[in-house]
Amino acid sequence: MGEFRVHRVRFFNYVPSGIRCVAYNNQSNRLAVSRTDGTVEIYNLSANYFQEKFFPGHESRTTEALCWAKGQRLFSAGLNGEIIEYDLQALNIKYSMDAFGGPIWSMTASPSGSQLLIGCEDGSVKLFQITSDKIQFERNFDRQKSRILSLSWHPSGTHIAAGSIDYISVFDVKSGSATHKMIVDRRYMGVSKRKCIIWGVTFLSDGTVISVDSAGKVQFWDSATGTLVKSHLIANADVQSIAVSDQEDSFVVGTAEGTVFHFQLVSVTSNSNEKQWVRTKPFQHHTHDVRAVAHSPTALISGGTDTHLVIRPLMEKVEVKNYDAALRKITFPHRRLISCSKKRHLLLFQFAHHLELWRLGSTVATGKNGDILPLSKNADHLLQLKTKGPENIICSSISPCGSWIACSTASRFFLYRLSYERDSISLQRVPKMPAFLRSALQILFSEDSTKLFVASNQGSLHIIQLSEGCFKHLHTFQPQSETVEAMCLLAVSPDGNWLAASGTSAGVRIYGLKELKPHCTVPAYNFPVTALGIAPNTNNLVIAHSDQQVFEYSIPDKQYTEWSRAIQKQGFHHLWLQRDTPITHISFHPKRPMHILLHDAYMFCIIDKSLPLPNDKTLLYNPLSLTNESDVIRRRTAHAFKISKKYKPLLFMELLDERTLVAVERPLDDIIAQLPPPIKKKKFGT
Amino acid sequence: MVEEESLRVVRCGGSELNFRRAVFSADSKYIFCVSGDFVKVYSTATEECVHILHGHSDLVTGLQLNPSNHLQLYSCSFDGTIKLWDYIDGILIKTFTVGHKLHALFTLAHTKDSVFVTINKEKPDIFQLVSVKLPKSSSQEIEAKETAFVLDYINQSPKCIAFGNEGEYVAAVRDFYLSVYFFKKKTTSRFTLSSSRNRKHAKNNFTCVACHPKEDCIASGHKDGKIRLWRNFDDDKKYTYTCLHWHHDMVMDLAFSVTGTSLLSGGRESVLVEWRDATEKNKEFLPRLGATIEHISVSPAGDLFCTSHSDNKIIVIHRNLEASAVIQGLVKDKNIFTGLIIDPRTRALVLNGKPGHLQFYSLQSDKQLYNLDIVQQEYISDNDLIQIELRKAAFGCQGHWLATVEQRQEKETELELQMKLWAYNKKTQGFVLNTKVSMPHEDHITALCFCNAEKFENPTLVTASKDGHFKVWILTDDSDIYKKAVGWTCDFVGSYHKYQATNCCFSEDGSLLAVSFEEIVTIWDSETWELKCTFCQRAGKIRYLCFGRWTCSKYLLGATENDILCCWNLLSCALEWSTKLNVRVMEPDPNSENIAAISQSSVGSDLFVFKPSEPRPLYIQKKISREEVHWGVFVPRDVPESFTSEAYQWLNRSQFYFLTKSQSLLTFSAKSPEEKLTPTSKQLLAEESLPTTPFYFILGRHRQQQDEKLNDALGNELVQLPLTENIPAISELLHTPAHVLPSASFLCSMFINSLLLSKETKSAEEIPDDVDMEEEKGSDDTDEENDFTEKAQDTNDIDLGEDIIHQLSKSEEKELRKLRKVDYSWVTTL
Repeated sequence: MGEFRVHRVRFFNYVPSGIRCVAYNNQSNRLAVSRTDGTVEIYNLSANYFQEKFFPGHESRTTEALCWAKGQRLFSAGLNGEIIEYDLQALNIKYSMDAFGGPIWSMTASPSGSQLLIGCEDGSVKLFQITSDKIQFERNFDRQKSRILSLSWHPSGTHIAAGSIDYISVFDVKSGSATHKMIVDRRYMGVSKRKCIIWGVTFLSDGTVISVDSAGKVQFWDSATGTLVKSHLIANADVQSIAVSDQEDSFVVGTAEGTVFHFQLVSVTSNSNEKQWVRTKPFQHHTHDVRAVAHSPTALISGGTDTHLVIRPLMEKVEVKNYDAALRKITFPHRRLISCSKKRHLLLFQFAHHLELWRLGSTVATGKNGDILPLSKNADHLLQLKTKGPENIICSSISPCGSWIACSTASRFFLYRLSYERDSISLQRVPKMPAFLRSALQILFSEDSTKLFVASNQGSLHIIQLSEGCFKHLHTFQPQSETVEAMCLLAVSPDGNWLAASGTSAGVRIYGLKELKPHCTVPAYNFPVTALGIAPNTNNLVIAHSDQQVFEYSIPDKQYTEWSRAIQKQGFHHLWLQRDTPITHISFHPKRPMHILLHDAYMFCIIDKSLPLPNDKTLLYNPLSLTNESDVIRRRTAHAFKISKKYKPLLFMELLDERTLVAVERPLDDIIAQLPPPIKKKKFGT
Repeated sequence: MVEEESLRVVRCGGSELNFRRAVFSADSKYIFCVSGDFVKVYSTATEECVHILHGHSDLVTGLQLNPSNHLQLYSCSFDGTIKLWDYIDGILIKTFTVGHKLHALFTLAHTKDSVFVTINKEKPDIFQLVSVKLPKSSSQEIEAKETAFVLDYINQSPKCIAFGNEGEYVAAVRDFYLSVYFFKKKTTSRFTLSSSRNRKHAKNNFTCVACHPKEDCIASGHKDGKIRLWRNFDDDKKYTYTCLHWHHDMVMDLAFSVTGTSLLSGGRESVLVEWRDATEKNKEFLPRLGATIEHISVSPAGDLFCTSHSDNKIIVIHRNLEASAVIQGLVKDKNIFTGLIIDPRTRALVLNGKPGHLQFYSLQSDKQLYNLDIVQQEYISDNDLIQIELRKAAFGCQGHWLATVEQRQEKETELELQMKLWAYNKKTQGFVLNTKVSMPHEDHITALCFCNAEKFENPTLVTASKDGHFKVWILTDDSDIYKKAVGWTCDFVGSYHKYQATNCCFSEDGSLLAVSFEEIVTIWDSETWELKCTFCQRAGKIRYLCFGRWTCSKYLLGATENDILCCWNLLSCALEWSTKLNVRVMEPDPNSENIAAISQSSVGSDLFVFKPSEPRPLYIQKKISREEVHWGVFVPRDVPESFTSEAYQWLNRSQFYFLTKSQSLLTFSAKSPEEKLTPTSKQLLAEESLPTTPFYFILGRHRQQQDEKLNDALGNELVQLPLTENIPAISELLHTPAHVLPSASFLCSMFINSLLLSKETKSAEEIPDDVDMEEEKGSDDTDEENDFTEKAQDTNDIDLGEDIIHQLSKSEEKELRKLRKVDYSWVTTL
């Protein structure tokens, strides 16, 4: 594996924002997740839970509701009173529309998908018709006294249930009038609480309405008579979310205590048809409020203030017990937030609204393997760049020479020039960016820092020549086909001749930079690309996919390399394929052409192409004891995958020079420490 | 008169009432529980034992009501039989011999001709659930050999098996799996919990199981305190369960209420938890039940619950979670330090009870009378804690004083000792703490004795300790200026060459005190506390020391650790005799000269009864127990027996009880087993409430009328008795002025004669003879008719009685006239 000096960086003070809503789309098996900062992420559950798309957040745009309609169309509504539709191809906002009802608390699409219903602060329930390219206001329902916090359609589309404060209303869709008003008990464990907020309602096809409220109750109502059928007290705090399965045989609720409860419809006795709802399993995967839950056919999905997205498969629904059926906990974004200047040992950290530039510490001490060397010079926080405006930063990059910083929000592109004079540093914004450079999904500097590659959300790639203090637009590669698909991953060859770019679904395109024309397209693969890298000298493109496959493609030969064919033939080790997190970065050793360095959140791996490939019988993760064994044994058991799990959760790992690595870790405890305190629960024995 | 039966060792109560779940009768009036080889029937209202059903020859292991007749009870035992009882009358109806050792019994409502039992066939640890067909036969002893296998590899405890949904399936748990057998489908589903070695799942073991009476729902208890509610278990894939977690330690037992709306659970926390609607948030508690809940049962009527506790106690609890009755047996603590003591006042057996308590146990009624909290500290049940132990106790002055010693030793050098003296308070009928002495000695107290001689008006207590001293404590006026309070103070400290004092004992008249210092016995004058003489036999440390009684009070006996029993004559101050005997227990009989010694050999324990004055033992019985005997005691009999055989004469005045290492309380009995235990008086029988059938209206009314008549008649009789005043002789005697009365000798004869029964009344006995004959005729009929005839006889008697009274009043006058003719010269001789 080789010995490295490792900069172990833990000063990246990144805290993901909490999850507010989740919406599951059964058709495409995708999950939309909105966070409290307004970011919306799309996860592809078929592609190993890969986060394939994201829409950057906006300070004034807090989403309160998220739903899929008309198949693949995604809508969100928030406290600014606007309904937003997202363009899933171009990864931008298609339009936003004011509902004129004050802040919007809830939104749901009709079972047919052609109508959208929103509940507003002023107590109005508004019905919108979804047209092919927009939505159109249709009418108002009877206005209620207080805000509408939750809405649910009857599966037949004839009635809706609306949860408000202290009561649930049932509306007839045709007439738009409330047919029943079901008043919820305010009492909480015998004490009268001020208000009982209905956080969620669900209308079942047999006419039962299930409500969850701030008194910790899950209640079953008969909507025909407007009476309470059964009540389950499940928590001492609020029950904040509910989601029911399509078959209506199970549902899931999330509480403010971080517990997720599963309810199932089971028959009372084996020989009778009578069925009853029974609370079955509690899951405690969260420490904070579970603000949103979703029920996919095979899994329970929950997210909340503690920023984790938890996917808990239902074992009884899973056909084959493979690794897909394991519990997933997604905490970190599946993209890079860090870039590094190798020459000057600088790290650029990207936050939601600012960038931080740090200079790594250095040491003069030497030591044995495993020693922790004392720093002779501490890491320096050089610079903090705040963006103006409410928009979140989409991407950022620092040039390898360290003299350029580029970043982009949804509407503006920033390029800065850095100049170093001894210890001081001066920053200068490059003015007058051209009009086409408005928003970028990915920014990349060439190895010699003379070129800047920008992937814009229109699907075009811009190449900009950088020189001392000024820049020049060289070329724009327009998208080849009519379909506008945003490119979100870029890689440039170290010699500056080739540029590889990949979108969210189609294959990887390779452009020749000398001729400035497309070179070829790597054959399409079913799973999205998670990382790209072009090796020096050989110009082999290494592609990592979300199903943990790694391909090596020779750009000059326009075909897969021998090694790639060999490993595809033999197949990857089963433990390699069972990893949870995608590979987010690929780099190469300048002196050892046979090595590929790659990492995900829980491991760092060097693939040595010269060594034999492991088969399923060999140990994939080298146990530490092997280092003490004799060379013979070590050589015999050696295989191509050399894996270190020492650094985790690992957000970034890069080779600074031949013998130095930098690893950026973000321990989960540090994140939890920065979250608001959870609801205090008495723990037995303390 | 009992004749020449061989003397047998019998178990005398104190057996575990909590060995199996208690069973309620259908009307909740009675509760049945196993008690060693017997089944006890208690009244739930009065806590009294109504019947003892005896007939099994080994431990009773299961009880169930007969599903086809709720006035009958099935029981099974290790002796391989299932017995059917009529519990109202305490009669054995039938015995079914199965042949295997039966570990548990289950009955089902719809399979009336068969029952389910747990047996182990081949290997010692593999248990099977089988159904046994009970053949219909009129004979009392029936062989039931027809068994059908149901489930294999089950847990032997009946808590781990439950039948659900009217016998459609049976659930059994063991280790980490739950197996459910469906009788209709004849399939078994098995659900395994993860038992991986990681700490989270390490205590997933199943401990008990219960089935919902109405729904397909199985509740299982686990070692980590969780309760799981299983549903959909007819589907191997879609099964699901819910967790209820409150217990922090193992769930000992579970029970559903009759309607299934609530689930009861209990464990080491000694708290009964009621889970309503099987939801985690809706639960009720009944705390402070005193000891670990071992079993929970629910009455079929649904109005009562009952919990069996590890301290041999059964608590009957109302549906609203209020304890209504406590049935307390002999508490078996881990160690008995105090030995067996007899409370002179109540004749109760006194020994260690609950931790830190002294229990008073009635040998006659096999029932704990009360608990005396000696330590008076909250008991925390934790295995790692070193508790305060009650080491010694002694009664003095006819039960007026009680002395106790408690100790706690955490390390070798840290000894905490406390001696407490308790006075009996007549008002409260209990002991009240009078004096508390902390650290009465520097080291362990080895012996404690009161001077019980009657001539000593001042109570005296002697303690001997390993610190080399013995201390004499006397009751004195306390420092109170009114001199009303009394307390105990140390009066004298004695020692002998810094040897450890190991035993002390007063002679019967209290004039001498013997204290043994390791190998040496010293005799002290109790008046002056002067050392009178010493005996030293160099035969090892003295283990037991006692004075002879009655005629043998000049002898002092000592048993040493080198297995020598010595007898010294106090008059000659010389060794009278000595013998080699490995004495473990030596107890003098307070009511005779006899001394009982139990020796320990490799095969068992042997009993020797001897008089110190005679070289030959009175009685020897070998192998009274396989185990080591730890304690023994003579209990004075209320009514002396009269064994004529010389060998048993030592049991005439007192009965000997002893306690073995496994804490079974045993005694000697010469009676045959049938005779030994007579059912206790039937007056305690709770009022029967038979259903009001037409038959009841005919017969019951008739009976009631008869009863009323009977009462009236009795009332008449009672009124008649004071009517003797109307007898002329007496009225004459009382109303005539004294100075005109004839001489007393003359009147006396007349007076006494008036009290004698007249000859005429005897003639009336011809009529009862007829009734006897009637009874003989009717004796071939059923019991009930028998009853009837008895009643009829009673009424006849009453009629007779009235006649007698009439005749009496007529005959009186005649008799008075005849008085002078009778010769009463024999009276004057008195």
